Amino acid sequence: MTFQLDATLAARSFEVSLSLGPAETIAILGPNGAGKSTLLSIISGLLRPDAGKATIGEKVLFDLSADTNIWRAPHTRGTALLAQEALLFPHLSALDNVAFGPRSAGASSAAARETAMHWLSEVDADSLASRRPGQLSGGQAQRVAVARALAADPHLLLLDEPMAALDIHAAPLLRRLLKRVLAGRRAIIITHDILDALMLADRVIVLEGGRITEQGPTREVLEKPRSRFAAGLAGLNLVAGTVSNAGVTTAQGMVVAGHQDESVEPGQDGVAVFPPSAVSVFLTEEHGSPRNSFQVIITDLEPHGDQIRVRAGRLSADITPAASADLGLVPGMSVYFVIKAAAIAIYPA
Amino acid sequence: MHRRSGTGYTGIPAWIYAIAAAGALFVLLPLVAMVARVNWSEFIPLITSESSLTALGLSLRTSAASTASCIVLGVPLALILARSPFPGQRLLRAFVLLPLVLPPVVGGIALLYTFGRQGLLGKSLELAGIQIAFSTTAVVLAQTYVALPFLVVSLEGALRTAGNKYEAVAATLGARPGTVLRRVTIPLVLPGLASGAVLSFARSLGEFGATLTFAGSLQGVTRTLPLEIYLQRETDADAAVALSLLLVAVAVAVVGLSYRRPRLGVAPEGALR
Repeated sequence: MTFQLDATLAARSFEVSLSLGPAETIAILGPNGAGKSTLLSIISGLLRPDAGKATIGEKVLFDLSADTNIWRAPHTRGTALLAQEALLFPHLSALDNVAFGPRSAGASSAAARETAMHWLSEVDADSLASRRPGQLSGGQAQRVAVARALAADPHLLLLDEPMAALDIHAAPLLRRLLKRVLAGRRAIIITHDILDALMLADRVIVLEGGRITEQGPTREVLEKPRSRFAAGLAGLNLVAGTVSNAGVTTAQGMVVAGHQDESVEPGQDGVAVFPPSAVSVFLTEEHGSPRNSFQVIITDLEPHGDQIRVRAGRLSADITPAASADLGLVPGMSVYFVIKAAAIAIYPA
Repeated sequence: MHRRSGTGYTGIPAWIYAIAAAGALFVLLPLVAMVARVNWSEFIPLITSESSLTALGLSLRTSAASTASCIVLGVPLALILARSPFPGQRLLRAFVLLPLVLPPVVGGIALLYTFGRQGLLGKSLELAGIQIAFSTTAVVLAQTYVALPFLVVSLEGALRTAGNKYEAVAATLGARPGTVLRRVTIPLVLPGLASGAVLSFARSLGEFGATLTFAGSLQGVTRTLPLEIYLQRETDADAAVALSLLLVAVAVAVVGLSYRRPRLGVAPEGALR
């Protein structure tokens, strides 16, 4: 029972193909407008792609090609959607909201309520059963929404940034809850938070501009990012270019020397990745040292833990507040970023 | 949360209150003038005369029937106008709203040439043994024609405000379209539907021009309260005034009761964001 999707939608320059095992949870990461919500809308049947095919095991969700035109309506797909807002039906009690899925599937009123009660207690919300959605806090409402989605017994659970609208106290609670209920379930979760990916997902997919730019096991992607977006999430600098014996050469002619992975071959597309803590900042160029030295213009300075993060375009450096004060750093200033070659990892893109 | 005390800042300039007061007076004063003109000693006999009670009964029955027809025809129209975009949607909306701006007598003439004996559909209906013009059915048709836009406009607005997010979620939970309509869409827009129905009822109750043109003025069959008032005005001014007051009282009661009813948990704050 593998979930398999291929879909293209020209109007949103969307072209994605992915597959998902029966008990696998994947996190979709990507900048705003990357097509993350488009992906969920296509899977759930709220948006029709130009072409493509999606199946869950033998069940065809849609098959749109030159000679077939199969399109299952959303209610026959078994793909429950949990959005940023809980969207509990305001005229129904929490219990009846959760019972909505079983009722729609044809269960009797009593049986549906029994199922609903079970799922409410699964999300520790049994005491909220008789409340109206208007009487619930954001975190409580989202918990009830999780129960409602699970009570519909979906083959595939779709979560669209379920923690994004919650306050900082409610989010960790819901994250723990999701970790518990998603275990052994097939789910796709869209998130902006690296913590969600680490805690909830077996695998991450990075979506940029409607295309998958990177995918793999969560730890691997964070340790060895190949896309700028994943590097940003992992808090790493990433320079992409062509690999030569000297290092990675960018399209602008910048050469970054570093420790090359055995698998990398000259002429191949590669990335040079290094943490901001490995970057030193100098006011003048250091001559004759076996280091990487790049002249950059500071764009921003911001606090980062007990360090100051110096941003210069797409590169950043972490230095102590004292060092920043000594150097008199301000945005707009021209400085040199210096990185030891040993601190830079070079591997195929 | 309605704040009735005057402590909150409203941002309304003082002169606005003066003009608003003049506007309210403009609406109220004619009613006061009418009440002042009522012959109170004769009031009860006048409004309980056989012709008056017949007209009132007919008015309430036909208005209830036309409100029901407005709901039956108007809910699907509002759903289609608010939800699924299709070519010609703007044109359809313009035509549905036409009776709002059309003089009712013109609507009556149009209905006569549709359902009258020599009308577009009337000829076929006549062959089938159905005569509509100058019957109680014609009264209901005339009232439905003029009142339908009120229901469609209120409900379409409510549907657009509610959005279709809840419907989408309901569908992904496995609810077929009929279930979504019954258990999600209609309950969400119930306040809008109720106010639309009340407006339609009130408009039906006051309908005169289209009714007179298309249904005529036969006592007990097509002579509704407004027609009875117009007829009495020629012969007995006291009776006309008394019946007018009765009509005002019925209209105020209907609108007042419907709007004061608390909305039982439907669409609390935050639901229609």
